[in-house]
Amino acid sequence: MTKLIKLAKTPVAATSGGKYYPADDVKNPKPNRKSNRNAPKVRGSVTPGTVLILLAGRFRGKRVICLKVLASGLLLVSGPYKVNGVPLRRVSATYVIATSTKVDVSAVDVSSYDDTYFARTEESVKGDIFEGDEPKPAVVSETRKVDQKKVDAALLKVVEGTPMLKAYLNAKFTLTKNDRPHKMIF
Amino acid sequence: MVFKRYVEVGRVVLVNYGPDAGKLATIIDIVDQNKCLIDGPSTGVARQVIPYGRIALTDLTVKISRNARQKSLTAAWTEADVLAKWESSSWAKKLAAKKKRASLNDFDRFKVMVARKQKSSIIAKKMKEIAA
Repeated sequence: MTKLIKLAKTPVAATSGGKYYPADDVKNPKPNRKSNRNAPKVRGSVTPGTVLILLAGRFRGKRVICLKVLASGLLLVSGPYKVNGVPLRRVSATYVIATSTKVDVSAVDVSSYDDTYFARTEESVKGDIFEGDEPKPAVVSETRKVDQKKVDAALLKVVEGTPMLKAYLNAKFTLTKNDRPHKMIF
Repeated sequence: MVFKRYVEVGRVVLVNYGPDAGKLATIIDIVDQNKCLIDGPSTGVARQVIPYGRIALTDLTVKISRNARQKSLTAAWTEADVLAKWESSSWAKKLAAKKKRASLNDFDRFKVMVARKQKSSIIAKKMKEIAA
């Protein structure tokens, strides 16, 4: 039986005709067969309207309201900004304690916010690492300010509907001497 | 040291340990130096032998005869109004407060903190008035 020898695939030639091929091997990338089309899995205790305690990051210790679970699995969260200074922000569910306090956020429209809204733009990335001595202050775009006002207008109405909730969101979470976090019900 | 609460037939006890922990029952019969027979039909405690280390004697007693039937036990409990007397005792109130405190959620704890601050500021103001 004759042995069949596979002909090595010649790399895709830059020139049509096929007489010459590039000196270095050109790799053909294999097609990506990944398709992550499932909804993001997040703890059952984290739902839109839950008050969350942020445990890490710039706003650690703050109590915020969860607005939405984004497609990437991150949570869309807002202070509200007027109450505790936390803007519309993405937050990882793994660095959050979900309390059992919930508010009704069905009246707050957050359908237009998704992961692409928070993607870094060209202007924000620009700049050499070694350029300048002081870190430049963060510039908040006007669209962000407008969107913040829009979302918070509806959110504040809900927050003010529950007694003491505004003061609660303004207060920071801390552990004090006799607290036993493993025994505390959140 | 004089003892005031005796292990006797009819003594109402609080179960401290085990699946019925926190419930009231009555001593029906005494087995020996270490264990007794208890029953609590009104509180959901099955008739069982239990060692004294697992129960705490209360001040309350009921008038029953040794090895009383569950029916007569329940009748004796309603006659002596054990549950109401127990709930009004400071022991029961302290237990209830402990339970409530353990079940508070984060928002509740915040509200308690604010209430305590308000209370202490009222007291401080009054003390200032009196001291002046």
